[in-house]
Amino acid sequence: MSAGLKVVRAGLFDTLQDFGRTGFMALGMPTAGAMDRVGLSLANALAGNPANTAGLEIGVMGPDLLVEADSVRVAVVGPLSPALIEGPDAAPRPLDSDRSHLLKRGQILRVGMIDGSSTAYLAVAGGFDLPAFMGSLSTYSRAGIGGFDGRKLAAGDLLPLAKSSAPAGNERRLAQPFDYGSGPLRVVWGPQDDYFSDEGRRTFIGSEYRVSKEADRMGIRFEGPTIGHAKSVDQGGADIISDGIAPGAIQVPGAGLPIVLLADRQTVGGYPKIATVASVDLPRLGRLLPGQTVRFAAITVEEAEALRRDQEARLQRAIAGFVVARPPGGIDLVRLYEENLIDGIVYE
Amino acid sequence: MSVRYLSCGDTAFTVEFGNEISPGINGRVMALHAAINLAREAGEISGVVETVPTMRSLMVTYDPLATTRADLQPKVDALRARGLPVDAVSRHVTVPCCYDDPEFAPDLAEVAERAKKTPEQVIAAHLASPFKVYVLGFMPGLAYVAGLDPSLFLPRRSQPRVRVPRSSVAIAMDMTTIYPFESPGGWHLIGRTPLWMFDKRREQPVFLSPGDSLAFERIDRKRFDRIAGEVEAGTFDWSSLVKSQ
Repeated sequence: MSAGLKVVRAGLFDTLQDFGRTGFMALGMPTAGAMDRVGLSLANALAGNPANTAGLEIGVMGPDLLVEADSVRVAVVGPLSPALIEGPDAAPRPLDSDRSHLLKRGQILRVGMIDGSSTAYLAVAGGFDLPAFMGSLSTYSRAGIGGFDGRKLAAGDLLPLAKSSAPAGNERRLAQPFDYGSGPLRVVWGPQDDYFSDEGRRTFIGSEYRVSKEADRMGIRFEGPTIGHAKSVDQGGADIISDGIAPGAIQVPGAGLPIVLLADRQTVGGYPKIATVASVDLPRLGRLLPGQTVRFAAITVEEAEALRRDQEARLQRAIAGFVVARPPGGIDLVRLYEENLIDGIVYE
Repeated sequence: MSVRYLSCGDTAFTVEFGNEISPGINGRVMALHAAINLAREAGEISGVVETVPTMRSLMVTYDPLATTRADLQPKVDALRARGLPVDAVSRHVTVPCCYDDPEFAPDLAEVAERAKKTPEQVIAAHLASPFKVYVLGFMPGLAYVAGLDPSLFLPRRSQPRVRVPRSSVAIAMDMTTIYPFESPGGWHLIGRTPLWMFDKRREQPVFLSPGDSLAFERIDRKRFDRIAGEVEAGTFDWSSLVKSQ
């Protein structure tokens, strides 16, 4: 029997994602890919995978997955509240995030709600046994391509695993939560900041913007003070001849409210883009929830590049600093804590 | 004419050749698109992820962990200054189109009336237009194809359709297009091709590329149905429609 994870209950928007489908934007193909590159990288590293292995991106509420394999190692990264591992012959125990877990046939992983982020990631050791489409497993659901059948997961789906049992080895965890940073989202002016009035640019930088309910993998529509354009409507106003859209581009249509464009954004567009979120802060954007507020602060391209290099170095240090979650022959404090809660007595 | 380099964060910049739609400007865009990709293949330039041509600009995306804007932009500018690569290959593609069925061409009569032509004259002008694929975008495989005969220039429909069938051939402004998916749309529908502009089963799922020259070939409903059957079954010989030049 082939190994897999069976979706016994679907979450809200669970899709397979890697770092995206690059190389085909010239053909109108959006890149898609993980909304939070850092989260996917950490989940893969905890599972022992290369960083760009496709994992399950969990949107808002995760699925219940039944293990139909001898064993599987999973790693979950992102704030879960609470996730459980159940059965078949043991009491439910909590599933901590930011670490790996060894699951056996018949166990059910109940991911549940994510708390304080819109996305979390689940990686499986060895990855999923699914065909790449145009070089990537990233799901782009609007065109029905990539991932599992080109769509979000549904009850009854069987996600095939590349390995029928988990590789030997310790479970690992992140020594401390990864610091995504705080404060304003860093942006670089352009490509069309000259389409906005001085006052419009000051409004953008000086105001607080709230994430509206219209927030998904394509982009986030913000609510807040309107940003004035420099040109009148008959001079072109809020229309440009379409040009390419980079990740994190902040377009401002005629109504004056900013929309930041993310993984599933279209490749080209005809609205002026006042600024572009620096790549260091794209993972923060990928975690924003409706109702949360943000501010923007302008930096230079050189500063943005340096911040990204620094973030990558911190990510690599976090991965190098993983600690064993259950030392051989030693006491697994996490397990001790978990089983103490459930059983009242610890026999180890 | 001056070229502008526009910042798109720390993962891309746009080389803007002008602020108008013209074959000359688009030719320079496509030349740089080809030059960068040849330079990448030759190992002369690294850190570029991909290039995205539009009517008047080229976005260059890069990996900020592999290069920097300060390093990359002068190399791109040197390629731009060098001009059109001599070995750039362009393609000529033929797209069969059935104009005869009213179901395929619901707007043909209205276009004819507004252009003060007969429907046959509209079809003849569409067939004679020297089309060129300028840019793909909005959805995978959707091509903006310029070169429409000026006698057929019309603004978009004031009331867009909620549902335009896949493979509809449409015109608006100075362009024609072919819908790769069923979608909403505001262009005038004057025919339909049996081809799919996006077919995820094919090794190259997107049929058209920026820079292609394109001509429509008139087919009747019988031939439409035969080709449509082959496309659906995955047995159609797409290479018969493409010539390199």
